[in-house]
Amino acid sequence: MSIDESTAAKVAKLARIKVEDEDLPALANEFNTILGFIEQLGEVDVDGVEPMVSVTPMRLKRRVDEVTDGDMPDRVLSNAPDSREGFFAVPKVVE
Amino acid sequence: MTREFTLNRYGLSGARDLLRKGDVSSVDLTNACLRAIEDAGALNAFVHRTPEIALERAAAADERLAAGDAPKMCGLPIGIKDLFCTRGVPSQAASNILEGFTPEYESTVSQKLQDAGAVMLGKLNMDEFAMGSSNETACYGNVVNPWRRGNDKAELTPGGSSGGSASAVAADLCLAATGTDTGGSIRQPAAFTGITGIKPTYGRCSRWGIVAFASSLDQAGPMTKSVRDAAIMLEAMCGHDPKDSTSADLAVPDFEAMLTGDIRGKTIGIPREYRMDGMPDEIEALWAEGRRMMEDAGAKVVDISLPHTKYALPAYYVIAPAEASSNLARYDGVRYGHRAKLAQGDGITEMYEKTRAEGFGPEVKRRVMIGTYVLSAGFYDAYYNRARKVRTLIKRDFENVFAEGVDYILTPATPSAAFGLGEMTDADPVQMYLNDVFTVTVNLAGLPGISVPAGLDRQGLPLGLQLIGRPWEEGDLLNAAQVLENAAGFMAKPAKWW
Repeated sequence: MSIDESTAAKVAKLARIKVEDEDLPALANEFNTILGFIEQLGEVDVDGVEPMVSVTPMRLKRRVDEVTDGDMPDRVLSNAPDSREGFFAVPKVVE
Repeated sequence: MTREFTLNRYGLSGARDLLRKGDVSSVDLTNACLRAIEDAGALNAFVHRTPEIALERAAAADERLAAGDAPKMCGLPIGIKDLFCTRGVPSQAASNILEGFTPEYESTVSQKLQDAGAVMLGKLNMDEFAMGSSNETACYGNVVNPWRRGNDKAELTPGGSSGGSASAVAADLCLAATGTDTGGSIRQPAAFTGITGIKPTYGRCSRWGIVAFASSLDQAGPMTKSVRDAAIMLEAMCGHDPKDSTSADLAVPDFEAMLTGDIRGKTIGIPREYRMDGMPDEIEALWAEGRRMMEDAGAKVVDISLPHTKYALPAYYVIAPAEASSNLARYDGVRYGHRAKLAQGDGITEMYEKTRAEGFGPEVKRRVMIGTYVLSAGFYDAYYNRARKVRTLIKRDFENVFAEGVDYILTPATPSAAFGLGEMTDADPVQMYLNDVFTVTVNLAGLPGISVPAGLDRQGLPLGLQLIGRPWEEGDLLNAAQVLENAAGFMAKPAKWW
């Protein structure tokens, strides 16, 4: 499978990473190198093999669904690039 | 040189014994390390120094030692990889996107080390988000290996991603350091710098508070000057944590007490698939030497087959980027770290796209986008699900040989000695990925693996051997590693040039 510039642009968009148009050919080229390497997986007979979910055969632990932490908005917001009145602030999302 | 200036050369066990006897204080040990760090700017290993925290914890440790209330790592100065969140201290995974981030919380592993009395000297350089094998992708610049090729002044890589940890331990800037290993990031740099590094079984160390790369593969582990030191520090780092749902609820044994030096009757497997075309003859010879050492120690050595080995790297380069693309979605310029300056009329999508374009380096962007691609509609089955099926087969390969009675597997740690910084710049990304060819299988199968320095090549650079153990049998694995360590008698240190 070969990736062209428009596919590279689509992937960049999905990943929310801005890529300038002039950088797309090089990016597509790198993708093709890596995917060419990954293509080897097609040689393996995986009929009837379960895809791995967890590498250690154990059940995930469950706990009681209750509040154990909280009441620290200042600490939660302490690293925010922009916050106002106890909330994270972002550019306007609705007109 | 007076002893006061050389205390940083001790390992954990040696320094611990001196502290217990009252021969030195933790403050003296800590000061020796701080001086060594001050003097080693050329290595670029420590990127956030915390001398005030270190001296405060050292003084507290001295009080506990005097009061006879000393936990196992009391007063021992160590470095912490920048991937671990440390409260009030910058923790940015060597990425510009986390610039200025100072966590309000402490990772479980670094907290456990603190509870065990260890003294944090500062944060260590690494590849950005632990993605790299040469420590050339950090926002802080490259880490330099203290080892050189004879009199050649060319700067060499310490390996990656835990390159700062490896360089700092090898150059005696600290007694030991934490590392993390997703595809070989503890074991490969350990081998490149002549130190010991163990990745425990997946689930042994809590991942809570460690910046996530590929959550089904990431494990923390110690990087130390000896196998005994690795046993001491691993024990302090391990243990169940309710804050990590994949953390194993198993008792942590006294790993140091399991170092008996006796591996008689054990069976060691030599996997034929690890004999690669173009492997340097020195690595072949070292591997054969390792085999002989284990036989001399009374172990039985058998040839084994791990038939899916060849497919481990391609499977890894689907699974790890897929998980990374999901984990790194959180860096959006909203809650922490960098946010791009926006132009008039830019909305939230432009904020995400510009922030991530500015904040991530090229290798991180590449992996996030590859991960996005293999998870996208239409390719999910062909790439991601197929890779997870291959991962099942790779794990089964190991289960089969363990079921046949193999206790440990012996392999080279890396396909070469340390290479020059910049030497791989023009190579395609896949060439760099090949560095992890012997280590990545262990992450995919969730097994413990340890790299032990075992010799020098013709150019005077260290080479390592890797032992792979059964799940949860780190104690047994460390014991075998110590047998190898004793037999190899690796004592070399890099000549100080920095």
